Amino acid sequence: MILGVDLAYWQETLLRVLAALVAVLLPTGTLVYLYLFKLMSFMQSRLGPMEAGPYGSLQLLAEVGKWLQKEDLFPSRADRRIFALAPFVVIASTFLLVLIVSAGPDAYFVNLDVGIYFGLAVSSVSVIGILMAGWASANKYSLLGGLRAAGQLIAYELPLVLAVVGVVIQAETLNMNGIVFAQADGEIFGWGGIGNPFILTQFIGFGIFLIAVQAELTQTPFDMPVAESELVSGYLTEYSGIRFLLFFIGEYATAGVFSAIAAVLFLGGWYVPGLDSDSNVFNWLGPIVILLKILLVSFLIFWFRFTMPRFREDQLQRLAWKFLIPIALVNIAATGVLKVVF
Amino acid sequence: MGLVPGVIKGLGVTAKTALNTVFPDGLKKPIPAPSKGAATVQYPHEKEEPTPRARGVIALHEENCTACMLCARECPDWCIYIEAHKTLAPPRRAGGKPRKVNELDRFSIDYALCMYCGICVEVCPFEALFWSPEYEFSEPRIADLLHDKTRLGEWMTTVPDFEDYEAGSEAKKKQVPR
Repeated sequence: MILGVDLAYWQETLLRVLAALVAVLLPTGTLVYLYLFKLMSFMQSRLGPMEAGPYGSLQLLAEVGKWLQKEDLFPSRADRRIFALAPFVVIASTFLLVLIVSAGPDAYFVNLDVGIYFGLAVSSVSVIGILMAGWASANKYSLLGGLRAAGQLIAYELPLVLAVVGVVIQAETLNMNGIVFAQADGEIFGWGGIGNPFILTQFIGFGIFLIAVQAELTQTPFDMPVAESELVSGYLTEYSGIRFLLFFIGEYATAGVFSAIAAVLFLGGWYVPGLDSDSNVFNWLGPIVILLKILLVSFLIFWFRFTMPRFREDQLQRLAWKFLIPIALVNIAATGVLKVVF
Repeated sequence: MGLVPGVIKGLGVTAKTALNTVFPDGLKKPIPAPSKGAATVQYPHEKEEPTPRARGVIALHEENCTACMLCARECPDWCIYIEAHKTLAPPRRAGGKPRKVNELDRFSIDYALCMYCGICVEVCPFEALFWSPEYEFSEPRIADLLHDKTRLGEWMTTVPDFEDYEAGSEAKKKQVPR
């Protein structure tokens, strides 16, 4: 059942596949144009792309067209099959991740009881794709980049999960819609005007989550794996054409999806204060609200990206293991104690 | 400065630059006008005037060249090709001997190799090479970047006069031969 219309299983599946494509590609295109092309340029006092379409709005199409035309190169000593497969593993992880995002009481792809747990699990699959890319390229820069990426992504997977645990304790559920309902129906000291977005109580978790997401996306200041001045471009060095495009889409789509997850976990998801959280309105209003919140959260991600210089490898590991993880653990303990007390 | 204040200050710098670019008139008149606020110009539509001493392309004043080969030998890229033959020029004063001079057959600079260091201009003892601020001489064929002496001579018309030295300077101001 989608919006009251009875559909055969294959029709429903087709709709879901199309919706997933839209849910991945629409925010990706918006983020890349709005932030990567325009905001970054403005922050550097320039205009960015201006030629393709009004204000360069069709630049992305031009870029995609350019990449599709390029030759699909394989290094002669590469492990061809694994080299070819790696970008698909990365993008598969992104598409699996988008499944858990809920954009309304009925507007979801799958309503898993283990929702956020599933999401964090599949998001780590991209590490395997990146390692495959680094190893199969038969290139020392790629290999170093792949190893750095693996070390970094595993290190930051931990604060990411630990930051989420605080939210889960407060919401008493792993289900994404359940977390939204917990926020929508929550009260701030008996006042339920805006529900209780978990950013108010879990602001430490929100900060850790954003930092960890930044590292998971290998965006500056955590872009050691693709550090162009040391490693050419890390595990991406040997990729060209459509396979590079897949890595590129994977990176920015994951930025969008992680922003959506952050919006659901911390910012109240698709809920708009003042409306009934069960109301049917949210099935079409929710996606719009989620998209706006994606733009808000990813603005923070990209703002940091355009401001900060790159970490050194040891500083990067120290930040994860010595600061983020202990703070996250303290946060969990405090949340647990307060949950029992109140 | 600690880590956190530094991070916040950095974020402030980028945010301020973005605001100044999008709203060049300040936030009291919030009309987005990024093309006015940006420090850059949209090149093919709008061109910046290069400074008079800009190093765009090297021009040759053929009459001053004696084919001494200093420029060709000092060139780090070996991108200057000079061929000349000896010939007799009429004497300077009536009744004198005819002078032996070098006449240029070929003077070419390969701008595909040139790295615009300007050593040839510096080293030329006879004021035959000059910097011109022209910069639009790209070519679809790489072979066309080899400028022969006619082409190099044409650049002479674009060479601006030397600027005045500082007041009180002992050095004599050089003239660009026209």
